[in-house]
Amino acid sequence: MIGQAPERLDPMVPRPHRIHDVRQETSDTFTLELKSLDADVAHDSFAPGQFNMLYAFGVGEAAISIAGDPGRRGVFVHTIRAVGAVTRALARMEGGETVGVRGPFGRGWPVDEAAGRDVVLVAGGIGIAPLRSLVYGLLAHRERYGRISIAYGARTPGDVLFATELDEWRNRGGIEVAVSVDRATESWHGHVGVVTTLLRRFSFDPPETIAMICGPEIMTRYVAGELIARDVVPGAIHVALERNMKCGVGLCGHCQLGPAFVCREGPVFPFDSVERWLGIEEL
Amino acid sequence: MKGLEDILAEHPFSRGLDRAHLSLLLGCATNVRFEAGASLFKAGESADRFYIVRAGQVAIEIHEPGRGRITVETVGEGDVVGWSWLVPPHRWLFDGRAVTLCRAIALDGACLRAKCDENHDLGYELLRRVATTVGERLAGARLQLLDIYGRSSRADP
Repeated sequence: MIGQAPERLDPMVPRPHRIHDVRQETSDTFTLELKSLDADVAHDSFAPGQFNMLYAFGVGEAAISIAGDPGRRGVFVHTIRAVGAVTRALARMEGGETVGVRGPFGRGWPVDEAAGRDVVLVAGGIGIAPLRSLVYGLLAHRERYGRISIAYGARTPGDVLFATELDEWRNRGGIEVAVSVDRATESWHGHVGVVTTLLRRFSFDPPETIAMICGPEIMTRYVAGELIARDVVPGAIHVALERNMKCGVGLCGHCQLGPAFVCREGPVFPFDSVERWLGIEEL
Repeated sequence: MKGLEDILAEHPFSRGLDRAHLSLLLGCATNVRFEAGASLFKAGESADRFYIVRAGQVAIEIHEPGRGRITVETVGEGDVVGWSWLVPPHRWLFDGRAVTLCRAIALDGACLRAKCDENHDLGYELLRRVATTVGERLAGARLQLLDIYGRSSRADP
């Protein structure tokens, strides 16, 4: 499914949204809940994996994936790490202030393809955010899927996002959840090491498995390689890519990757369709 | 209840070994159990054994004065702990500590080295398997050093 901003809205014009809630998740990561100032809030629906262009007025726009529950209409939830000019400006904003929103844009996770299969989700760092909306989508129809496993890698224990929800998914959602950090503190009793090592802890039926990966591209390549080594079909591995999205609708070319525009054909791609492009420097 | 031979035959490290090699391995194997917090080995000690983990979690650590214990990696069910037994000077480079109750098979390194010296086919098989583990750990350590979850972003440069 390709989700585009509704036709009768100009996708190039930001729509004002009020910050309804702000949550500080970690030292550099925060979550914004946005509600439209338009009366017609029905437009604020999305498919897991899609993104919005968030406009900090006077500063600029950045592509931010949607991290909220797709069943909760009329609200956009974005979990954002403050890394550049736009995201740092968003980090300084408070409840009640207004941001511009264009979107949702892009092709999301292949939820329909996952029906009847085991599902392996692998996230690294802030990559857990777009997978969070997917998990909510899967949990809404838990009976449709086989085993669901989530491997999540973070830099340090202090960088682990959505810790409470990870516990809930593990305890009440019937999901196998494993978290690993690269650098541990003495109080951390979980896994330490690269996220790929978590995959061998999961039980899934490789030929009947669909995998979805979101994180740094280096991690994505290693995880895909590990899954393929375990006999997961390359075409059943889907990866979310991050590029310098600008227009969001495949016009400007800033996010071109080989023959595809990441904002329009992606950000989620079957791994075998982009693998050859991922190895090329500076592409 | 499964015997040692069955456990070894099914463990990822030793799966696929032929019966003769498995039997040689078995002659150096002992079932062991470590309570959470117990030490498996200490850096600098003689590396006279290695462990095939059946259940639980083991932390590979190093101690630095002022910083305490630093966990480099954790390993668990299906993994192998230790390769210092195979290469001189046969001393542990890190500490190993059970994070949770850990069940493992301990393999006597001196016993296996002697068998490998006599039976080079066994030596090759074991070296190949240990090298695979070492390669995976090295790749993992390099990725950890890269700090791949750091603050770079292509979406908001």
